[in-house]
Amino acid sequence: MSTKKTMTIQNKNRIQSVFESRKSDEKLMSLFITAGYPDLESTVELVLDFEKNGADLIELGMPFSDPLADGPTIQYASNIAIENGITMSKILDMVSDIRENSEIPIILMGYINPILRYGIEKFCKDASDKGVDGLIVPDAPIEESSKLSDAAKKFNLDLIYLVAPNSTDDRMKAIDEQSRGFVYCVSVTGVTGARTGEEISNSVDKFIDRVTNNVTKNPKLVGFGIKNHKDAISISKKVDGFIVGSALIDTIRGNYPSNGWKQRTLSFVKELKFGNI
Amino acid sequence: MNYNAPTKQGYFGEYGGKYVPEILIPALEELEIAYEESQNDPLFQQEFHSLLKEYVGRPTKLTYANRLTDYYGKAKIYMKREDLCHTGAHKINNAIGQLLLARNMGKKRIIAETGAGQHGVATATACAKFGFECVIYMGAEDMERQKLNVDRMRLLGAEVRSVTSGSQTLKDATNEAIRDWVTNVENTFYIIGSVVGPHPYPMMTRNFHRVIGDETKEQLQNSEGKLPDYLLACVGGGSNAIGFFYPFIEDESVKMIGIEAAGLGSDTDQTAATLTIGSPGVLHGSLSYLLHNSEGQIQLAHSISAGLDYPGIGPEHSHLHDIKRVRYYGVTDQQAMDAVKLISDKEGIIPAIETAHAFAYLETLMPLTKKEEIVVVNCSGRGDKDMKTISEWFSKENK
Repeated sequence: MSTKKTMTIQNKNRIQSVFESRKSDEKLMSLFITAGYPDLESTVELVLDFEKNGADLIELGMPFSDPLADGPTIQYASNIAIENGITMSKILDMVSDIRENSEIPIILMGYINPILRYGIEKFCKDASDKGVDGLIVPDAPIEESSKLSDAAKKFNLDLIYLVAPNSTDDRMKAIDEQSRGFVYCVSVTGVTGARTGEEISNSVDKFIDRVTNNVTKNPKLVGFGIKNHKDAISISKKVDGFIVGSALIDTIRGNYPSNGWKQRTLSFVKELKFGNI
Repeated sequence: MNYNAPTKQGYFGEYGGKYVPEILIPALEELEIAYEESQNDPLFQQEFHSLLKEYVGRPTKLTYANRLTDYYGKAKIYMKREDLCHTGAHKINNAIGQLLLARNMGKKRIIAETGAGQHGVATATACAKFGFECVIYMGAEDMERQKLNVDRMRLLGAEVRSVTSGSQTLKDATNEAIRDWVTNVENTFYIIGSVVGPHPYPMMTRNFHRVIGDETKEQLQNSEGKLPDYLLACVGGGSNAIGFFYPFIEDESVKMIGIEAAGLGSDTDQTAATLTIGSPGVLHGSLSYLLHNSEGQIQLAHSISAGLDYPGIGPEHSHLHDIKRVRYYGVTDQQAMDAVKLISDKEGIIPAIETAHAFAYLETLMPLTKKEEIVVVNCSGRGDKDMKTISEWFSKENK
């Protein structure tokens, strides 16, 4: 055990538990998958299989028609999911289906407009009821999320904020103060999935040093542009773990719907977490 | 009334704000500081106004539309001639203002989105004038219907990037421009072309365009010795309208009307009448009225006019709509094209199809006016760029 904090308030907070039970030499892996991609039927089973193959947390993407912080891969997956007929209530039902068989922390990640349309308070209540643990809303920075933050607190959801390489030290401290669950460290300026491992590693060390100096309250996961185990391990040396989204979706996209697409996807997941064994 | 929107946080009533990824927050804060400094900097103001005068050709004329006035036989109609601005529309006011800011902030690379191509041309022009690198994002469909403007931008040295995602129009061009900005935020300045986007853009763009209303007020005072009774402007994102309206907001006798593009009709799904049938939501960095479905997915807008073909609207318009200071109505493609013909015929001015939406509303408004009243229409742009669409429309109509 790397940390031995006592559990606070709710003993069912799955995000906190997973960070507390992390072994000191282990990096947690959070996987992002767009709900309803590649098809509506696969999402629940994929999440359960991701867990069996090494995922420690799941970020379930709520598709939006205009995902302006996302690169082509997640734009593509979002479009497919919307064409497949994904809705907010179907996403919440997927979460409760996952919960029948798993206690893996589930974080819903998506843009603010569908949440506003659903109703902030109702969304937080329903999400909590169905077994969601946290929310990431990239276009609702701290100055625009007081209502969301209040509702999330009320229904015991962790609202997770992002820090970026160009965030000032003071800004990082403020985000750490507001964030609950963990802080999502965006390793490069850019959209999701944009850059390769080598490009990242050159500039990322300084950023991670600043993050570790300024984000002290919350655990930290680093993401954006991680494509393989080697990237993942080198980039998350000084933090608690890493997040992979676009590379995972690219793997599905490259194989679906041919025979064995899922097996190849799960091999990729296993390799991401453990390397070539 | 006292009007002093937006707040320090960028809110016009309940609309506006900064709904952007964390990466853009430092850029917006930097921009807010630079903009505020520029407002108190006499050198900046002098340079801006000198460029408007010597390069853009301001003040633009306020032309009395005598034959149009006779045609309706009611109030006197004036036209604020933004079509006479260099590059053919009001957009250049803002492009120059923001470019001066970019230069002062040490940004070397300019990006912009464009719908009709007018903002793209204005930005490319300003970049050529100042020697800046310029990348314009434009929907593939818009590149087709506004080909002349694409050629102009390229001749001016801009790189025009075709956007093939979504509806391939202004909304998607804006998404791509924001993605570029997120990626290149350190060296890039995003010149937003309308009063949309995160704070401080809606305020800043309004203030660079307020010269339209300021001049109108002064010119009408000189010719008629009074305030107008009605102001009429088209609204897509709403930059020409807000620049025209803003100096009159506290003059309560002045009735202001914004005209949205209803496309095939506000009761169809082929429309861009955001305030007429939309509801509040977040798109492109601010909270405002939107066209979106029950799931919060943005709906595709439709208008024959590329400049109005947008499912959102500037947050200040949403506020002015809610407080009923400005009334907003829709005009269909058909009505707008009829107005293109009428204004060409009566006044010898071929208006942009965007602008024609404002003129089209005269059909509804004029019978309600009195002879001693004055209506001013903001003639926001000229129609040369639309000749392909106009020719196709009338050749179909004549069959």
